[in-house]
Order: sequence, then C-alpha cells, then structure tokens
Amino acid sequence: MRNTRSTELLFELSKPGCSGARLPECDVPPRPVAELLPQEVLAEKPLPLPELSEPDIVRHFVNLSTLNMSVDTHFYPLGSCTMKYNPKRNERIAGMPGFANLHPCQSDDTVQGMLELLYQSQQMLAEISGLPAVSLQPAAGAQGELTALLVAAAYFRDQGIPKSVVLIPDGAHGTNPASAAMAGFDTVPVKSTAGGLVDLDDLHARLDDRVAVLMITNPNTLGIFETHIAEIARMVHAAGGLVYLDGANMNAILGIARPADFGADLMHFNPHKTFSGPHGGGGPGAGPIAVTEKLAPYLPSPIVVQEAGGYRLAYDRPQSIGRVRSFFGNVGVLLRMYCYLRTHGPEGLRKISEQAVLNANYLLSRVKHVLPVPQGDRCMHEFVASAARIKTQRDVSAMDIAKRLLDYGFHAPTVYFPLIVKEAIMIEPTETESKATLDAFAETLECIVRETREQLHDAPASTPVSRPDEVQAARQPTLTWKPHA
Amino acid sequence: MPYFLNNADDQKSMLKSIGVESIDDLFTMVPRELRLGRSLAVPPALGELELTAHLSTLAAKNDPAGSGICFLGGGSYDHFVPAVVDHVASRSEFVTSYTPYQPEVSQGNLQALFEYQTLITQLTGMDYSNSSLYDGGSAAAEAVLMAMSVTRRPGRVLVARSVHPDYRQILATYLANLDVELVTLDTPGGTLDPQSLRAAVNEQTACLLLQQPNFFGCVEKMQTLARIVHEAGASLVASVDPLSLGLLKRPGDAGADIVVAEGQSLGTPMQFGGPYLGILACREPFLRRMPGRLVGQTVDRRGRRCWVLTLQTREQHIRRDRATSNICTNQALLAVRAAIYLAAMGPPGLADVANLCLQKAHYALRRLTAGPRLQPVFQRPMFKEFAVRVTDGRVDELLAKAQAAGIFAGLPLGRWYPELKDCLLVAVTEKRTKAEIDKLAEVVG
Repeated sequence: MRNTRSTELLFELSKPGCSGARLPECDVPPRPVAELLPQEVLAEKPLPLPELSEPDIVRHFVNLSTLNMSVDTHFYPLGSCTMKYNPKRNERIAGMPGFANLHPCQSDDTVQGMLELLYQSQQMLAEISGLPAVSLQPAAGAQGELTALLVAAAYFRDQGIPKSVVLIPDGAHGTNPASAAMAGFDTVPVKSTAGGLVDLDDLHARLDDRVAVLMITNPNTLGIFETHIAEIARMVHAAGGLVYLDGANMNAILGIARPADFGADLMHFNPHKTFSGPHGGGGPGAGPIAVTEKLAPYLPSPIVVQEAGGYRLAYDRPQSIGRVRSFFGNVGVLLRMYCYLRTHGPEGLRKISEQAVLNANYLLSRVKHVLPVPQGDRCMHEFVASAARIKTQRDVSAMDIAKRLLDYGFHAPTVYFPLIVKEAIMIEPTETESKATLDAFAETLECIVRETREQLHDAPASTPVSRPDEVQAARQPTLTWKPHA
Repeated sequence: MPYFLNNADDQKSMLKSIGVESIDDLFTMVPRELRLGRSLAVPPALGELELTAHLSTLAAKNDPAGSGICFLGGGSYDHFVPAVVDHVASRSEFVTSYTPYQPEVSQGNLQALFEYQTLITQLTGMDYSNSSLYDGGSAAAEAVLMAMSVTRRPGRVLVARSVHPDYRQILATYLANLDVELVTLDTPGGTLDPQSLRAAVNEQTACLLLQQPNFFGCVEKMQTLARIVHEAGASLVASVDPLSLGLLKRPGDAGADIVVAEGQSLGTPMQFGGPYLGILACREPFLRRMPGRLVGQTVDRRGRRCWVLTLQTREQHIRRDRATSNICTNQALLAVRAAIYLAAMGPPGLADVANLCLQKAHYALRRLTAGPRLQPVFQRPMFKEFAVRVTDGRVDELLAKAQAAGIFAGLPLGRWYPELKDCLLVAVTEKRTKAEIDKLAEVVG
C-alpha cells in the first residue's frame, strides 16, 4: 500500500510545461511592462520554481500527510504541549466568509461582529486569569512572554526604577530565558528543590532590587502545583519585582485557581494548547497576555474597547509599548478559542481541568509501576517519569522507549525535558482521551520495558523511516534541494 | 461538553486505581485559600447548533471586504486562493500534528517544510530559508536582530519610512529595551533617496530595512541602495511582496542579504489579519544566526533519504538565553499552504498573477486620476498598489459612498502619515475586473 513516490520531492516531479495554473485573460488594455517599470527592477529570467499539474500536487501532498502522526489519528501524550482534540465545528466556523474574508484594516463599523467576538474573548481571558487587562496581539506563547516582559520594562522605565534581571526557575521552558534575553534582561536561574518546587532559599538569595520579573510556570513543568506560590509572589513583590506566569499549563487549573489570585501580575495563554487550536505541525498558535490594572496602559495597541455605539479598536494609548505583530494578531486561532470557551461554559471549563488531572493521575498510577516518577504519586495535568534506572541497568534510554512507542502506534511523550530530571519522559494525556486508550498506553509501556535492548535500540522498526542521522544533518546542512545534488 | 470520554464507571475505577475518593482529592496540592471557590463568570455552554447559529449571527454583523469589491491592501491582500490549497492543507495529519520532534512519524511535515524552504530560496534568490516565523512584521524585526548580530554592529539601525508602519512599530518595540539607535529615513518622494541613505549610513550601522514594493506601492531602487549599504559594511534587509517576484528582480539578485516577507498572499485568506506567514531567508554567512526551525536532509539507518529538524543549537530549547530567538511555535501550516500555492501556480502562474496585478493597478490609477477629484501622490513606478490624493479632502465621504456601492475603495493613510491625511492607498489584485475598476472610478470620480 505504501506509496514510495510521495517521498520524491516536488522538484524531482517537475516537468517543463506542466503548470496547473490558468489565470484570466487581461481585461484591461495592457501596456508593455517596460513602460511601467524600469529595467533595473525587472527579473531577467523566469523563476526556477517546479512545474507540476494539479493532480500531481494533490497526490504528492496527501500522500505526504499520511506519513505524519496526528491527534486525529493517534494518542499524542506530548508533555507540555497539550495535544487535545481539535473540535471540527471550530474549523468550519473559522472558514465562514463573514470572518475569513475580513480585511484587517476595514473600518470598525464594518467589523462589529468580529470586534464583539474579540472583546468577549478579552473579557473571558480576564475572568479566567483574574487579570483585568488583556492583549490578544501576540502570535504565540513565546511572543506573549516577550511582549509581557517589554510591558514590565516599560512600566519600570516609567517609574524611574532601573531593573535589569529576570529570575527563571531551572525547570522552565527554554522560551523563558530566550524571551528575557530578547527583551534586554539578564537572566538568573533559580534552583528547584529535590521535590521539584522552587527553592525558596535560593529565590531569597537571588532577589534584590535589580530584579524586574520572576517568570514562573504553575503548575510547573513537572506537573506539580507550586504549593508556596503565594509566598513566592509575596517575596518577589516585597523586592519590588513582578510575577510572570507562563500559562503553558493552564489546562490544569481552569476554574480551579486563577493566576491573579495566587499572585501573578502578568501572564500569557496558549490558545493552541489550552483552548484547542490545532497545532498545524508547529503552528499557528496565539499568545494573548493578561496583566494587572497598573500595567494595562503599556499593553500593545490596538485593544478592543466597548462604547455606547459599539466596539472600537483603540490606538490612542500613549504609554503603550507599541506592537509586536502586524494588524490584530492570529485572529483565526483566537476565533477557535472563542468557540471552545463558548462550547464549554463555566462548568465545562472546570471539567476540562478536572478530567485532564484525572487522566494524568490515572496514567501516573499505572506508569509508576513501570518507570519511576521521581516527584511522587500525584500530579496535576502531566507528570515526568524517568528512565534513569533502566538506562543504568540495561542501557535503554528515554529516547529508546520513546522511539519504541512509535512502533506501537503511540506518539512519543516529550523526552529530556525538563532538564532537572534525568532521562525525563514527560507525559500529558489531556482530558480528551479515554481510560481505554490510557490503559493501552500503560500496557504497551510495560511490554516495552521487557523487550530486549536490541529491539529498543533498533526502534522504531515499522515507521516510514528509521532513526535519522541527526549528526550528519547538522554537520553538513542540506537545507534546500539543489539540481543534481 | 462533547469532548470528554470517561463515563461515571470509568471515573470511579480510575479514582480507585489512583487511591483517592473523589476528583477534588486530586487537587490537594492547590492550597484551599488560592482556589476560586465559585464558577467562572463566563457565558453558559452552547451546543454545536447554538454555537454555529451564534457565530453566524456575529459573522452577519461583519461586512467582509473580500466578499465585496476589495481595493484594500497595505500588507494584506485579496488574492485568489486555489481550492487545492484549502483541500490539501486541511488534511487532519497536517492540521492536528505537532512540531516534528519525532522525525520517524513526521516525515510528511518535514518534507513539506523542506520543500517550502527550497521554494522560498528559489523565489527570493537567497541561499537559505527557515521554515516560518509569525508574520511579515515580526520577521522584519528578527531579521534586523540577525543583522545586528552578524555585522557585530549592535548600535545603529536604519529603516525607510516607506516600510509598512506596523513593521516599523514592531521593530521599534522589539528594540526599545536594547541599546540601539533606530533611525527612520524620510521618503518624501515616495521612495528612499540614495543621497539621504548615503548621508545616514556609517560604520556603526548594522543594516537598512527597506520594503519592495514599499508601503505606498512604489518600487525602490534596491540595487543602488544595496550598493550604498554594502560600501559602508552594513547589510540590506529587504521586506518583499512574494507575488511581485513573478515580475520583479529577486531580492537576492538585487543585493539583499536577508529577505523577509508577509506570506499571506501565498494562499492564505485575509481573516482579519491572521494567522499569516512570516518568511525569512538569508545568504550563507547569516545562516547560524537564523531564528526559527530549520529542516535538513539526512539519511535513516537504512540509508534512506529523510528529513529532520536541524541546527537546533541555535534554538531556545537548547541554547536558552543565548538562543538566536525565543520563537518556538511558528506558522508551519501556513508554510505548507504557501508551498502548495507556489507548486500550484508554478513559474507561469506567478508571472501571470504579477502581470495582472501590474496591468490592473496601472489601469485603475489612470481611470481614477482621469478626473479632477483624485490625483496621484507619488511620481514613481509602482506594482499593484498606489496612493491617490482626494483633492477636496473629503476622504470619509468618498469611502462611505464607495461602500454603499459594495466597494472597499482604499486605506486612508492619515493614521500612519499625518501629512497624507487626504490620501488613500488603493490595491488592485488579479481578482479585480475591469468592470469593478470602472465602477470604482464612476462612484468616486
């Protein structure tokens, strides 16, 4: 059944004269191009793009798609990525011409339905976070981090308080330190305790008047709620700093606990995780941020405001940091988020987190007999198992186990993250999986650890390709196809 | 609440296996005093039928330009999207997969993105392309950061005032907390004057950011400007309209070092501004400072050609605060759309689209400025977009009149350029017909 032709490249399938496109005849009186544009700017030869007919293109890409695992086809317990089901109704709604055909610079009176949707989205995120002011502009979680840090920097600049440091727990996502550096801050790591929580003594030692922001993920990347979060926030605030919440793990606490209530001043959401936007093989996402009242004036422009006559995009915000994304941001993703929030309502949102936490704890209760979970018997929406013991005893690594899972039809969990757990296997089942699927996954894991070392080293054996040579890929980068290469 | 799978019996046996009585017992690590203790104040749940009806009502409160006669541009354009793009890109395996961290089960995405990277280098004349950034604006800012790093001149950046105002604002926002002087070069004649560039560029300058065709639709003298920039040891970052390259010289052939673009016009609907596609391509010396994911070719253990994410030591998950960028989630699905679009159009299709835009835009300019009410603003060659001055100054009235006739006539420029408050930016894509252009001329003439 396997169609090997799909792995030929577009460029190898190209045949001169086979272009699929046919444009209309020019219906205005044409002028010679040379009269309209100077020779200096005109191309001298045709573009060296491939030439293919439409049936070839469709077969090529559709066959390529079948080489992917996806949420619609497989269990995808990728820790930290919240690979939940992507509702199909949201896809159809996002395609409605009344949304898809809107130009971003239409006058406000012609986009009242869109602005109402975005305004209500701002309101709902404010309620879920407890933080009253929201910007929907950032295009992804990492851009939300950057935006929020620029907001913090502008706030301190306005206050006349020089601040240069961002504190980041050592279990944090790599985007946290990268965003802080891009925003012009020095980053200082904060240690974790053996139990996987922020080390309060180390935090105390790092806190001084140069600290602008502590970036914290809660529940953290081990899937544990930072029990001392209120105390952590008090310490940061007492030192004159702000608390930033990386909202990547909001799927654990919707309607349970609000970031503002445990001390956060700024945060971002990941609608493509928590609120079911499809991941698209890497994107698009969105990264709306929510902040306290005092930080609100610094949010990027525009934001949507409601007035007597309807909704309006507000640009007249002199203290705003400016903007990080053209137009209004990744509206199509926000629209799906809106649909998802409206589908669930208050009880449904809480149930998302309850069921996500139930699924994660259930899977933990089954997996811990197969692989140790260093941080204990309970978790929030995800947990981190370790292959350190089996690595020492049998030379079987977290990667070997991950690869073997692929053979059994499961996407691998996240491996080697967070960095503070050796041979980490980070598992996030999400709420949209059944007990039966979790059982099958746990049983497969039990089966895998009993397999021979060779079987595991050679895995995966049944996927379209076996393990790629990543060293060669990096040593002699081939990043484009070239003729006769 | 249609997306939960475990019934009461399932939940009971799951709780038993965990060793707790109730779901509430699972949340003991969340201190009581931090719990919300009430329901969220959000609207009640809707079933699919009600949701669809509600969203249809909201959609009906919009008057979508793309469903009417759209002359709006300024970085988002009403170009035609072939059905094959929507069909193929809506495959579940493209839509609901994640970043290809497990290459063995992601060859579809990886190969499609490798093809995208190649197509972008063919289109731009650059050596390398990454596999996408967020949008044209943040791509421009990332490109400037790259240039600052590679030239080792972090102190001074030049940007032409004819670059998209949103992009300039994004750049200023990205640079606000860094110690860099951002100099905006005025473009009173509609394009960047080589003399004013020569006066501004110096040995501290990392790069010039220009746009081709620029925000006013005018064509910049890119080759001349590139020479001046390079003589000063600086780099040229060019933000281009990808569809213009069916006709215009590729930026790589005109001296650009880094090329960025808004890829919306390559098969993505306008959808009120996003998600769009940030294109970033560069010459070889800039490769190691590139932001974002890169897909590379290699072989598997059986020697079969395959693809992986590569050069990841540039990226945040490895290099953390020393990474070239913080980007993680990108716009992969939009990159796949662009690849399908470019494959579907091919060289003749792109040349035809570009020529139709050019011819129709020039026809529209002639028709609109034939009477006394509208005048051309800039005497410069243009591609598919141009500025006109409303001589009686009544811009709002003109727009309202056009809108009553189902026409979105153009973007008022005053929001971004106070001196052009009586001017409109008019874009003409291949979708506009002679009849529509004539109708616009009659309504506003």
